Amino acid sequence: MADATADSGLTGSETDKRGRLLTSDGTPLRRALERANRRRKLTAFALVAPLLAFILIFFAFPIAQMMWRSVDNPQVVNALPQTLEVLRDWDGRDLPPEEAYAALHADMVADLERPRREQKIGPLGIRLNYELSAARSAISRTTRDVASFEAPYSEAFQNAHRLWGDVELWRIIKREGRSLTLSYYVAALDREYDEFGNIVKRDENRRIYVALFGRTLALSLAITAMTFLLGFPIAYYLSILPMRYANLLMIAVLLPFWTSLLVRTSAWIVLLQQQGVINNALVAIGMIDDSGRLSLIYNQTGTIIAMTHILLPFMVLPLYSVMRTIPPSYMRAAKSLGATPWTAFRRVYFPQTLPGIGAGGVLVFIISIGYYITPALVGGQSGRMISNEIARHIQQSLNWGLAAALGSMLLVGVLVLYWLYNRLVGADSLKFG
Amino acid sequence: MSMPAYYTTKDKIWHYAFRVICFAIFFFLLAPILIMIPLSFNAQPFFTFTREMLTLNPEGYSLRWYRDFLGSESWMRSIRNSFVIGIAATIVSTTLGTLAALGLSRSEMPAKGLIMGILISPMIVPLIISAAGMFFFFSSINIAQTYLGVVLAHAALGTPFVVITVTATLVGFDQSLTRAAANLGASPTRTFFKITMPLILPGVISGALFAFITSFDEIVVVLFVAGVEQRTIPREMWSGIREDISPTILAVATILVLISVALLTVVELLRRRGERLRGLSPQ
Repeated sequence: MADATADSGLTGSETDKRGRLLTSDGTPLRRALERANRRRKLTAFALVAPLLAFILIFFAFPIAQMMWRSVDNPQVVNALPQTLEVLRDWDGRDLPPEEAYAALHADMVADLERPRREQKIGPLGIRLNYELSAARSAISRTTRDVASFEAPYSEAFQNAHRLWGDVELWRIIKREGRSLTLSYYVAALDREYDEFGNIVKRDENRRIYVALFGRTLALSLAITAMTFLLGFPIAYYLSILPMRYANLLMIAVLLPFWTSLLVRTSAWIVLLQQQGVINNALVAIGMIDDSGRLSLIYNQTGTIIAMTHILLPFMVLPLYSVMRTIPPSYMRAAKSLGATPWTAFRRVYFPQTLPGIGAGGVLVFIISIGYYITPALVGGQSGRMISNEIARHIQQSLNWGLAAALGSMLLVGVLVLYWLYNRLVGADSLKFG
Repeated sequence: MSMPAYYTTKDKIWHYAFRVICFAIFFFLLAPILIMIPLSFNAQPFFTFTREMLTLNPEGYSLRWYRDFLGSESWMRSIRNSFVIGIAATIVSTTLGTLAALGLSRSEMPAKGLIMGILISPMIVPLIISAAGMFFFFSSINIAQTYLGVVLAHAALGTPFVVITVTATLVGFDQSLTRAAANLGASPTRTFFKITMPLILPGVISGALFAFITSFDEIVVVLFVAGVEQRTIPREMWSGIREDISPTILAVATILVLISVALLTVVELLRRRGERLRGLSPQ
């Protein structure tokens, strides 16, 4: 189409001198249409805008802010500006020179003069403690007497707390003296910095998180596999039943789906505990002896059983909707052409259910990988997942940077999986009930 | 389904075995939920059937856990909280979500995929991450441990369900109806309330129910954002399970199961009605 920027003086006619169509008020048709289109776009956007703003402010921004905590590192920079200045030329091999101690003294004294709410030393102690336990008590003990310190400061500090004579603490101060850090991620991957500043693996007995991520993945895979094994037969059965019966039996799938999560979790506690229904029944029929009651709960078994039950509907519903669309005549055709039922199932029916399996599988996996409540209530020690560790760092150990690093890694994993899910089925096809 | 006449013995065995397996799985789905109902009438503080219960002796049964529940100040407060927070969150998410769905289903909507992705993200992001983010943010703007904070958080979590259900309803929506209304002189507002709204109402209501149940059943965000004052039913159950587990939980659970049955029925009826109205299924 011709470029429509220049105006023409021909009003009232149907075309201008360059042959462009005009509307009755004389504007070129193309421009009038563009304007109308822009207005419609704006209306559509205006309808979406309130929710978009709401989600961005109260959902996306808080998450972004939390992820920022995983690299945000203001504590050392704020508390010890002069010390960091002196440490800039320090090579990190032996203890720093007397000037560093003097600068540290100046920084700490300066901090004490600030109003209590603005003091930076407290956060500094907490921050350094993540890297070196006892650092916090070194800082707080020193803060008490620092005003009375006299030169030589290196001696005064080392007398106040032995850690000031430990080159490790100084290395940490220098390393964390930047406003952004990777050390939370280093810790989240079970690594640490060695004396030369290289990232190395932690001691065997201090490695937690990689194993926990591994366990979370393994448990999620086990749960996904279980939901598939249990979900496939009933989805198939529902799909071959006449609508009337299928709708009736569907209640068995939908009722758990609609029942409160806490209700379902407590149901499993009731059933699985040592004095619970299942153990009592097994003892009563003599399958196990009273002393040999099974531990079905507060371990991985409990997590897998309860979560399989909770997530099974998420597998059955997509499978069912795919299976409903597969014409039964395909199987009949395969059989009449000489295939055994097993071959017909394997070569003809099963491949057609793959979209449903993919959708259900990814959905169950995504949900279970970030699950918190059920593992916390029935998982015990061995059934804990990464979410539980994130919650622990937020509520108990208060290492928010580490919680944010673990959370960011989990979030990225889930988003990648979701992207995959979207490629497989499209988000719009999510249905509930 | 009846069995075809040409089935061999092996086919017949498989036919029955398959049904047995399926019903065992249905049993696995339903039994844990249903078993709590008789157990909630236990006269003893146990989570298992007593001898009296098994022999159907009336002495084995009692309503003590229901009395316990109804007489407890904290449980009653949690019910009030769950409904107040749930209804407020539902109003916010249904209003915003319906408007957004109307915008998103217009063909002129720019950047549809991206915006849809952002709008349904509360459904995708693991709850622990949402909860942690909101905990920090709400604390910084001083709405943590307030009703406002919990309502806003739950509204955000509920909107994806409204957006998805209403968008799905609008897929079958005949746009020529609104054009006809405009042609006959109705203003856009009038068109919306007289034409569009009645037709998409089933979708809006089921979206609202999803938003409500999301809030009603939500616990992770409540654990992080709510204070003692805002404890909801799931939050109270959480403490009940962790601290002093008593059969009162089973009485509460039974009541909640009845509520979910009611909600499930409403949603199912609405879905059928919606499909019928839009002519998607013959009936």
